[in-house]
Amino acid sequence: MGKERLIIITLGLDRVGIVSGISSTLANHNANIIELTSSEIGGSFVMIMLVDISTSDTSINELQRILVNKGKKIGVQVTVQHEDVFRSMHRI
Amino acid sequence: MFSKDEVIETFEMTHLSGLNIRTVTLGINLLDCIDKDFDIMKNKIHNKMTKKACNLIKEVNDIESRFGIPIVNKRVAVTPISFLLESVVSDLSDKDSIARSIELAKTLNEIAFEIGVDYVGGFSAMVQKGFTKGSKTLIESIPKALSNTERVCSCVNIAATKSGINVDAALKMGEIIKKTAAMTKKRNGMGCTKLSVYANVPPDTPFMPAAHHGIGESEYTINVGISGPGVIRTVVEKNADLDFRSLAEKIKRTSFKITRVGELIGREVANRLNVNFGIVDLSLAPTPTKGESIADIIQMMGIDYCGAPGSTAALALLTDAVKKGGSMATSFVGGMSGAFIPVSEDSGMLKALQVGALSLEKLEAMTAVCSVGLDMIAIPGDTPVETISAIILDAMAIGIMNNKPMGVRLIPVPNKEAGEKVEFGGLLGYSVIMPVSKFGSEKFVKRGGQFPSPISSLTG
Repeated sequence: MGKERLIIITLGLDRVGIVSGISSTLANHNANIIELTSSEIGGSFVMIMLVDISTSDTSINELQRILVNKGKKIGVQVTVQHEDVFRSMHRI
Repeated sequence: MFSKDEVIETFEMTHLSGLNIRTVTLGINLLDCIDKDFDIMKNKIHNKMTKKACNLIKEVNDIESRFGIPIVNKRVAVTPISFLLESVVSDLSDKDSIARSIELAKTLNEIAFEIGVDYVGGFSAMVQKGFTKGSKTLIESIPKALSNTERVCSCVNIAATKSGINVDAALKMGEIIKKTAAMTKKRNGMGCTKLSVYANVPPDTPFMPAAHHGIGESEYTINVGISGPGVIRTVVEKNADLDFRSLAEKIKRTSFKITRVGELIGREVANRLNVNFGIVDLSLAPTPTKGESIADIIQMMGIDYCGAPGSTAALALLTDAVKKGGSMATSFVGGMSGAFIPVSEDSGMLKALQVGALSLEKLEAMTAVCSVGLDMIAIPGDTPVETISAIILDAMAIGIMNNKPMGVRLIPVPNKEAGEKVEFGGLLGYSVIMPVSKFGSEKFVKRGGQFPSPISSLTG
């Protein structure tokens, strides 16, 4: 299987449990976090993850649905986009 | 890994500024469906279109989700239907020929519903240098065909730089537009929103109503129309103090990024459907949604209302920068490529019209530097046929003299006068009826014949 990597952006008010909520969901679906950065922008907590799902049995669409729902439960907005979108825009 | 700024920029473009792919259009060659037997031909068309397009919606939806980029419309474009009509109308009376043409439109409409696409384009004819039995039949059938279908689009190309302008066709199309409006008067002349008259219509544009699978195209093609007025608007808004050289550079860079996404999605769809990837149409296409207005971008550059002096220059800068940035981002640019300035689909245009800043004449001037022409303009229902034809002729002249695609989509709204509001719904939005010159051009358009093609070596 080729590389299947996602960029996952989590956005919301900073609080306990955001990183563990998202990362444990990913672990449950055998998705490997390659890189993780977090910062504060305009008073909001922003976490950016590069995640490899090559070894996951869950499809991108399904994982996306699960993560968005998880985000809703813990009060953050989660967006999932394939890495290729970022590669197309920012790399030649 | 990407830098934080890069990730945030993409996030903002896709989630805050409304970056989307306006349309993915599957082009299908129908020339091999030609048959002397009308029923056999209809069956062949049905089988070919449904076989290839049956997975279009499913695949496009999946790709939309995978990349997190909305793909607004999924469409199919076919070989101009007038070519197919030739073989089945040659021995028939005009009345019977027209009935067959209308039946073909209904067949396309049923197929559109079956495969789930928004529109099928290609109920079209190419008559820039004269008529054939098939093209004449198709044109005559347009009012009934468009009033009896929901998802069929029609385009008649009546002019080309290499051929000149078929003035008889301009006159005929004035009449057809009026008839189409009359036959759909309960829906404010809605039929005319699916009809355009063109000069130099591109054979590969994915945008309706011009889209068709032109001559020279391969068996199947995926063409993509990108959008992103909201993204460009944000760029102009954030850079309020830049001079034009720097502003153009910013727009170019953004257009490059938008187009790369179009290229990515087009290739992926083509790959999954196992067809050729055709072109990316680099057009900024507005919608009635707030923030997705070309007029807003023009105003953001420092003009009170779109239509005020300076608007043509602003549009020229915008169109040129979009083309320059986009053309570096995709291997094949095609279609209209520029900026659309449809009145009813652009909230900023409507506002400009309501305050009296925008006139039909100013719009005509602006079409000389954009791509699509006089688009989605509601005019009084009592506008004479000859005046509509003369407006078409003016637009065609701009098209052939400037060697550019140029379309006209006018809606003479029955029983409505200048200044009245009219609702079309959905992506088409609402409009305000634009006043048209009361001075006539009847004798001029009734001269008929062929406008010669322009000489291009002595321009200026």
